[in-house]
Amino acid sequence: MASGGAHDHHIIPLKIYFRVIAILMFLTVVTVAASRVDFGVMNTVIAMLIASVKAGLVLAFFMHLKYDDKMYTVAFGTSVFFLLVLYFFAWVDFYTRFIHTGIVQ
Amino acid sequence: MSTANTSASSDGKSHVHHHAHHFDSAEHEYNAAKFGTWTFLVTEILMFGGLFVGYILYHERFPEMFKAGATFLDWKMGALNTIVLLFSSLTMALSIYYMQHDNKKMTLINLYVTLACACIFMVVKYFEYTHKLHLGIGPGNYFQPHGHGEEVQRALGFLKDYPNIGMYFSFYFCMTGLHGSHVLIGMGLIIWLIRRTHRNEFSSKYYTAIECVGLFWHLVDLIWIYLFPLLYLVG
Amino acid sequence: MASGAHDPNLNYLNWEKGLWSWLTTLDHKRIGIMYMISVMCFFALGGTFAMLIRWELFSVGKTIMDAKQYNQAMTFHGAIMVFMVIIPGIPAFLGNFIMPMQIGAKDVAFPRLNLASWYCLMAGAAVAFISLIYNGADTGWTFYTPYSITTQNGTIWLVTGAFIIGFSSILTGLNFIVTVHKLRAPGMSFWRMPLFVWALYSTAILQVLATPVLAITLALLVAERLLGVGIFDPKLGGDPVLFQHFFWFYSHPAVYIMILPAMGVVSELIATFSQKTIFGYKAIALSSIGIAAVSFFVWGHHMFVSGQSEFAGILFSFITMLVGVPTAIKTFNWVATMYKGSIRFDSPMLYAMGFIFLFTIGGVTGIMLAVVGVDVHFHDTYFVVAHFHYVMVGGTLMAIMGGIYYWMPKMFGRMVNETWARISFVLVFVGFNVTFFPQFILGAMGMPRRYYDYLPEYESLNRISSMGAWTIGVGFLVALGVILHAIKRGKIAGPNPWNAKTLEWTAPSPPPHENFHVQPVVTAGPYEYR
Repeated sequence: MASGGAHDHHIIPLKIYFRVIAILMFLTVVTVAASRVDFGVMNTVIAMLIASVKAGLVLAFFMHLKYDDKMYTVAFGTSVFFLLVLYFFAWVDFYTRFIHTGIVQ
Repeated sequence: MSTANTSASSDGKSHVHHHAHHFDSAEHEYNAAKFGTWTFLVTEILMFGGLFVGYILYHERFPEMFKAGATFLDWKMGALNTIVLLFSSLTMALSIYYMQHDNKKMTLINLYVTLACACIFMVVKYFEYTHKLHLGIGPGNYFQPHGHGEEVQRALGFLKDYPNIGMYFSFYFCMTGLHGSHVLIGMGLIIWLIRRTHRNEFSSKYYTAIECVGLFWHLVDLIWIYLFPLLYLVG
Repeated sequence: MASGAHDPNLNYLNWEKGLWSWLTTLDHKRIGIMYMISVMCFFALGGTFAMLIRWELFSVGKTIMDAKQYNQAMTFHGAIMVFMVIIPGIPAFLGNFIMPMQIGAKDVAFPRLNLASWYCLMAGAAVAFISLIYNGADTGWTFYTPYSITTQNGTIWLVTGAFIIGFSSILTGLNFIVTVHKLRAPGMSFWRMPLFVWALYSTAILQVLATPVLAITLALLVAERLLGVGIFDPKLGGDPVLFQHFFWFYSHPAVYIMILPAMGVVSELIATFSQKTIFGYKAIALSSIGIAAVSFFVWGHHMFVSGQSEFAGILFSFITMLVGVPTAIKTFNWVATMYKGSIRFDSPMLYAMGFIFLFTIGGVTGIMLAVVGVDVHFHDTYFVVAHFHYVMVGGTLMAIMGGIYYWMPKMFGRMVNETWARISFVLVFVGFNVTFFPQFILGAMGMPRRYYDYLPEYESLNRISSMGAWTIGVGFLVALGVILHAIKRGKIAGPNPWNAKTLEWTAPSPPPHENFHVQPVVTAGPYEYR
């Protein structure tokens, strides 16, 4: 591997950074506005979806995932996947034990 | 076995970065450091994730109790902290951008602003915590509202309707506490970067540490991006 | 830091002298040896608790301790063996030493982090042993709530110690993942890596993904005790079963952290001592990854009777049976490797063959337990105790022993005394079966585990089991003697006494500080015998 140092690293142009931060601020406003509307059981889901769009932007641009080795995205995706596995199976237990049987507040 | 990588930074002073002997080149070391940092972020996601999973599970089981607990959170302070952290992510990314252009001065300015944002975040957090604890609103068994005022009356009322409301605040303090401790760690790391930048240890050829701390800082921001709506908005 | 222009008398052991040079070393080989010493000491301590337990269980009624002391002893036995011996045992010791050499690297990716991992293990162990002042914990190594919330104070120290030790595991895993990805020698593609490296890589993925969940779980347990947070406490609407979900989400993959490296060692041993290419290399490599992946979906099989819903139990039961498939693939492939091989019955091979036999019993009884209807009867009986000892001792510990005897020439430049090494094998192998096979029967007869006392009809099998345990103890003392004697006075070994084909055997025995005098370039697979 040549000792070319960091010359060959991709540099994100300033204007992309500024566009991203603008969208992130806007989405923060959307998050708060959306919380005013009652979507019932979908409240959490919608909040998480908006948060995920924001997170995606931070990951892709601020954290450079879009331009980097795909391995980093795989690593990140793997962590989220197994976190969801923890949630899913624990939820199946909780649901069939409490919610489904009506032992809720 | 000299592994030097010389370059001049924008103020004319030159420095040398020696990559570790078990790597072939500085680029090799940079890639390993980045991959190592991402692997570390994986562990942080699983650790924080456990708290999120617990929170979401109990939220589905005690929806009314969680809603009641969330009334004690000021969404404006949460939103302010969100904006502050998002902005700090920008300045963190910019500090890398400027070092990629050998601009030591702008790198430092952005690092200082990032640090300042982190301070603002912790100050807001401090006010939130002290306000609650002053009223006796603590985690678990320490949910013992005392004193006067509308909030205390509301808390005592909720305690009657939802005797386990202390659990909501357990999650609140544990999740924001763990997050806050990571903000503090991040601040320490940024101070370390500022010192090294002052000493001309970085250049467009070597800025690995800034990049890796940056990734950590963005993760801290990511966690807050999820914490804010979950705790402050959905309740 | 060069070890002096290829002076043949200098190697990683003697080029720098003094305790301080060891405590501040960044050399993966020295760190591996430090782990070896630590783990052996912890094993002696955990083993002592085991001997005390078996002594107590020799007879009905009180023999040498009362019920509370018994609960404390069995908790310490479990916690020490799980967290301080079996989990770090192969990766941090053999893995640290051998893996970088097997990929032709000079060190792991992050040597300072490697040293920090060792200090985490030692610091965590120190904190855990402080609990002895308070008589430790009596919860069992699984720390189930709500009992662990209210019971004696030593519990917090033991839990905190385990928390710190967890970081040792996480950092080792992180280091190994990056090392495998970034430091392979030219020509070493993933498909040319030795199977020991594949095994360690799969293990590292588990360490990095699963251990953080244990960390947060233990931290929450401490918060429960100190602040009453109520997340696992029914008084505040918390669910004790949720503690078990979080705990086993880590602890089930943890048992694969324990066994995957052992399987990696066995692959090396079988190939070398059959002098034959491993049968089904890709299948074994991918089965390691497969086991690692599936291990995350089965944790509820530890909770069939804890109170989780029936539906969840059925789901977990079904998925658990899948994990037997990649495991069986390995076993068949090892046997197929031996077929028509040129087999040598040196002590490492004896341990490898012992592994195959004992691990198969352990694994098959695991599948029995996976069937939820069967587990309802066997849960918390000695059947389970026998099952996990067959896989952890009959499996992992046999592999560690085989690995030590196999790599002894590389690590210390000496051969072990084969006669006494074989004697140690016979004592351990026979002793092990005498200890634990009766426990399958005791479990089927209904004897509960973690009980200080038992009904008279269980006594004769318990006596046999205890005598087996003492035989194992003697066997390991002999093994210790073999190892220590070999290090000091063993026959001097050449670079490759076993005619093995993996890269570590191309370096001198013991290796120089930088592993290889010339960077290896790989042009063939790891087991090209013919």
